[in-house]
Amino acid sequence: MAIRAFLLLLILFSSSYYAVALYEDQVGLMDWHQQYIGKVKNAVFQTQKAGRKRVVVSTEENVIASLDLRHGEIFWRHVLGDNDTIDAIDISMGKYVITLSSGGSILRAWNLPDGQMVWESFLRGLKPSRSLLLTPTNLKADKDNVILVYGNGYLHYLSSIDGDILWKMDLSHKGVDIQHLIHPEGSETIYAIGVSDLSQFEAYIINARSGELLKHSSMSFPGGFSGDISLVASDKAVVLDSSGSILVSISFIEGEIKFQPVNIANLVQHISGSAVLLPSKLAGMVAVKIGKSLSFIKVTNEGRLEAVDTIPHVEAVSDSLPFSEGQSGFGLIQHDGTKIHLTLKTGNDWKSHLLKESFKIDQHRGLVHKVFINNYIRTDRTYGFRALIVMEDHSLLLMQQSEIVWNREDGLASIIDVTTSELPVEKDGVSVAKVEHSLFEWLKGHLLKLKGTLMLATPDDIAVIQRLRLQSAEKSKMTRDHNGFRKLLIVLTRAGKLFAIHTGDGRIVWSLLLNAFRKSVTCENPRGLKIHQWQVPHHHALDDNPSVLVVGTCGLNSDASGILSFVDAYKGVELNYIAPHHSISQVIPLPFTDSIEQRLHLLIDAEGYGHLYPKNPEAISIFQEELGNIYWYSVEVNSNVLRGHVVKKNCVPEIGDDYRFESSDLWSVVFPSDSEKIIATSTRKLSEVVHTQAKVTSDQDVSYKYISKNLLFVATVTPKSTGEIGSVIPEDSWLFVYLVDTITGRVLHRMSHHGSQGPVHAVFSENWVVYHYFNLRAHRYEMSVIEIYDQSRADNKDVLKLVLGKHNLTAALSSYSRPEVITKSQSYFFPHSVKTMAVTATAKGITSRQLLIGTIGDQVLALDKRYLDPRRTVNPTQAEKEEGIIPLTDTLPIMPQAYVTHALKVEGLRNIITVPAKLESTTLVFAHGVDLFFTRLAPSRTYDSLTEDFSYALLLITIVALVIAIFVTWIWSERKELEEKWR
Amino acid sequence: MAVMHKSMTILLSLISLLSLCSLLPSSLAIASGSSDGYTINGRVKIPGFSLKGSGLATKASNVKVLLNGGQSVTFLRPDGYFSFHNVPAGTHLIEVSAIGYFFSPVRVDVSARNPGKVQAALTENRRSLIELVLEPLGDEQYYEIREPFSVMSLVKSPMGLMVGFMVVVMFLMPKLVENMDPEEIRKAQEEMRSQGVPSLSSLLPGAQRSN
Repeated sequence: MAIRAFLLLLILFSSSYYAVALYEDQVGLMDWHQQYIGKVKNAVFQTQKAGRKRVVVSTEENVIASLDLRHGEIFWRHVLGDNDTIDAIDISMGKYVITLSSGGSILRAWNLPDGQMVWESFLRGLKPSRSLLLTPTNLKADKDNVILVYGNGYLHYLSSIDGDILWKMDLSHKGVDIQHLIHPEGSETIYAIGVSDLSQFEAYIINARSGELLKHSSMSFPGGFSGDISLVASDKAVVLDSSGSILVSISFIEGEIKFQPVNIANLVQHISGSAVLLPSKLAGMVAVKIGKSLSFIKVTNEGRLEAVDTIPHVEAVSDSLPFSEGQSGFGLIQHDGTKIHLTLKTGNDWKSHLLKESFKIDQHRGLVHKVFINNYIRTDRTYGFRALIVMEDHSLLLMQQSEIVWNREDGLASIIDVTTSELPVEKDGVSVAKVEHSLFEWLKGHLLKLKGTLMLATPDDIAVIQRLRLQSAEKSKMTRDHNGFRKLLIVLTRAGKLFAIHTGDGRIVWSLLLNAFRKSVTCENPRGLKIHQWQVPHHHALDDNPSVLVVGTCGLNSDASGILSFVDAYKGVELNYIAPHHSISQVIPLPFTDSIEQRLHLLIDAEGYGHLYPKNPEAISIFQEELGNIYWYSVEVNSNVLRGHVVKKNCVPEIGDDYRFESSDLWSVVFPSDSEKIIATSTRKLSEVVHTQAKVTSDQDVSYKYISKNLLFVATVTPKSTGEIGSVIPEDSWLFVYLVDTITGRVLHRMSHHGSQGPVHAVFSENWVVYHYFNLRAHRYEMSVIEIYDQSRADNKDVLKLVLGKHNLTAALSSYSRPEVITKSQSYFFPHSVKTMAVTATAKGITSRQLLIGTIGDQVLALDKRYLDPRRTVNPTQAEKEEGIIPLTDTLPIMPQAYVTHALKVEGLRNIITVPAKLESTTLVFAHGVDLFFTRLAPSRTYDSLTEDFSYALLLITIVALVIAIFVTWIWSERKELEEKWR
Repeated sequence: MAVMHKSMTILLSLISLLSLCSLLPSSLAIASGSSDGYTINGRVKIPGFSLKGSGLATKASNVKVLLNGGQSVTFLRPDGYFSFHNVPAGTHLIEVSAIGYFFSPVRVDVSARNPGKVQAALTENRRSLIELVLEPLGDEQYYEIREPFSVMSLVKSPMGLMVGFMVVVMFLMPKLVENMDPEEIRKAQEEMRSQGVPSLSSLLPGAQRSN
């Protein structure tokens, strides 16, 4: 009984710490957090006034950010909603950043210094149209700066103080596509020009104060227009005709439209290929891209077109920048091998240039995609220029005076897939002197730490301690460590660039822009899909470097041809590249490796053929042996069908491709389309390790987990409830969940939740699945757990049978044997919306698991699996309490200390990846979105190693004290004995 | 569809009624239009934007308000007001994401039958709201509070216990021995000697020499 009470006490004591929380001074010790913004779409400089120079950018990740122009750091940043795409940005009155988003329907103003939203205006319209934003600088309505917005067919005129709509005008009639808003300097009229019916040029002249339409003129051009109108002055524009060979200069002074068509061939000699008008806004001229070269064509005051120059190999042209009275310049970028040349030209004097600079650039940044220029006044009162450059790999560079001032790796804001690689093993040959030095340092550090614990440290000491802890050289070493904490995270970004990130401190070890994933003639829309470990050399072949396989496809359709690239994980060089003719719809890593430890992969194409990689005879022979045992499944969301496939024994010799295998359909599960729609599927991670199948319950009973890698969780809803929350009434909405065996297609379990709907997020691990959905009746989110147990093994509890060997524990678990499974299930409320879910993974699967929930607030919450245990009851018995069963509550608790991301946010969170460390208690967690966050977790605390803050100095002091005490007592005792003898 | 004025304003805050009256016309002006959506206006109130114990200071600019699990996202104005535009009739869920605070999601019913009627209720405790003023249910402390150094914690640590035990043996045991009857001690010592149980001194190196 006493033991029992003690056990209970122990459990109570241990259960008071469900999650391992962090002390504030431990931030950055095991975790790192990096902030990104994504590929820059537009940039506006704010450098006029003294003080902090900044550039405001909007990006493809729907981020609006203010960056420090000196160092590239983020002053402030906002991530808008997923469908709230930013159309235009500008700065108004020198203190507000104006963003137009959501297809021209939401206009927001942000305070420039701190990023606080000042006002928000919703602009209604009838039909979607181009969205334009114009902030005239000198047009003042009642001493108020104003903003002009065209969006959804309406022209709005707003005050920039509070976003009030002063007037609006419907310009949507007759399907006119307004392309430019112009406010000629010093006038009180606004021009809106556009095209209707592809051939009619329209110009509206509007009184800015009253919103009254002064004049509407239109004129049709017989040849028709193609592409966008390029504006060259406040009353002149240029456009290409529909054939693409004639440039039309349009002047619309006071609404009088005049066309002056000129054949491009007459302007520019030796042209080849079709002409494209660049969207850059250049003062008084247009840039026409013909083939690879760029022709600049000037528009004279009379509206005549004159060719100025043709420059070959121009990659990007900036908008023109007015920098002094009547002068304006623009930048153009040319590529030349590893160098890029930036040239600044003025429109007035073509012969001379303001600036010509060359920069050496990392070739893994690719081509220049965009350039923005800005001027500053040097100390000698001349004009200097800086250029903000967006590269092909989505990185952002600032160039000034022939050097790169700073760069940001913003490609990391759009990670597609992640894999890990072990670091090389440490070679021997560490010098003794180094050890001694580090021993001394180590002792000094620990003494300092002890001082800290004893509250004797001065603030300076505390700062030193914190720095020592954060910059420990140990964690950023480039070698494998004993605990397996140091690894390389290999990430594939949307730009087709691979990065290797060190888990210790988050630095980029190498980066590689894959040539195969760059836009080319043969591959129009390259797109990365997956990244797999290709070759993981085992201990006997440590000289080889591991490599990864990057899988991509060339187009947006499912039948586009694939791309395979093999990359060395240590050096970051492409080893091999294959452009197969077949498409890739699924990649199945097989559990076999060949003699040089290349993992066999089966790539399934859109027609259902399997292609085996690596393409060598050995792989074929390994594969032939296992031919009948290779199954996979496919989920066809559109047609609501699950299908199971098997590789057929006969390959197709007549085609001459030994590596191509036919497959046949084994089974299919068809969900009736009028009542169910597949919204989510989830399966176990292939690499997951389960320690034991048996689960011993408190009453000395054993239940056997049904552990199969071939289980698939499928969630379907009634078609009505596929929409947003609140679009259906609870009575019409059903959520069904299925557990399907993917070998036989047998449905092992089916459950329905009435009055519930998606989105469903599910995670499958061991013998349980946890899923998150919305309960419409309670109008709250819910999480449910299903656990499956194997009933056929339940009668193995008889000891006699076990002794006599009459048990079936050694029988192979087969999907074909009809399983007797029982399931247990329970549901709980959960307060937050969920973006993504994951589960911790440890090396041996002994440590209890935690769910990692990416909440809508972009935080990651660790929730112990014990809270999602179907055996929870309101009043657990004494025995159940001892086992660690928590009394049932209707809501899952959210403890702030259980947020893995503590006080940080992983903005735009998309995915959470868990990787086991070598140390059983620990798992590595990498969460990515626009930001990156890495940490390591110990779901049941670090029971197998000393914690970071273990005081070695205290231990040493204790040992020394004990030794001294031993000697003192020895002397005492000896003296006493002597006295005794003398007595 | 006729041009209808279908705006609902549920932003009456008791505390700042005065400032509201100046704000109301503008929000009405936005909502009036010829489309089929409604506008939900509300306010987030956080008592004192100071946060103890967390590394980052929460500012109003870092607060996001989300409708239906991220369908649309909006931000707070300096006075804490927010609005969602073009919301269809039905039941919706509003969540507030603010580092350092726990907000209950709010169920908002936008009624199509009688425009202007909006019901809001906290889903966590089913408390219905008269006006859409969202207040945090509690602060969130993301870090364990490091306990200040105390002698007890040092004593309770394994090393402390070791030292403590040693002190007990060193100072209390002799006292116990002294309090015993000298006759008994002698008896015990003789017994020990006869059994060959070594004394502490004989255990230590060099002790044999003195014997």
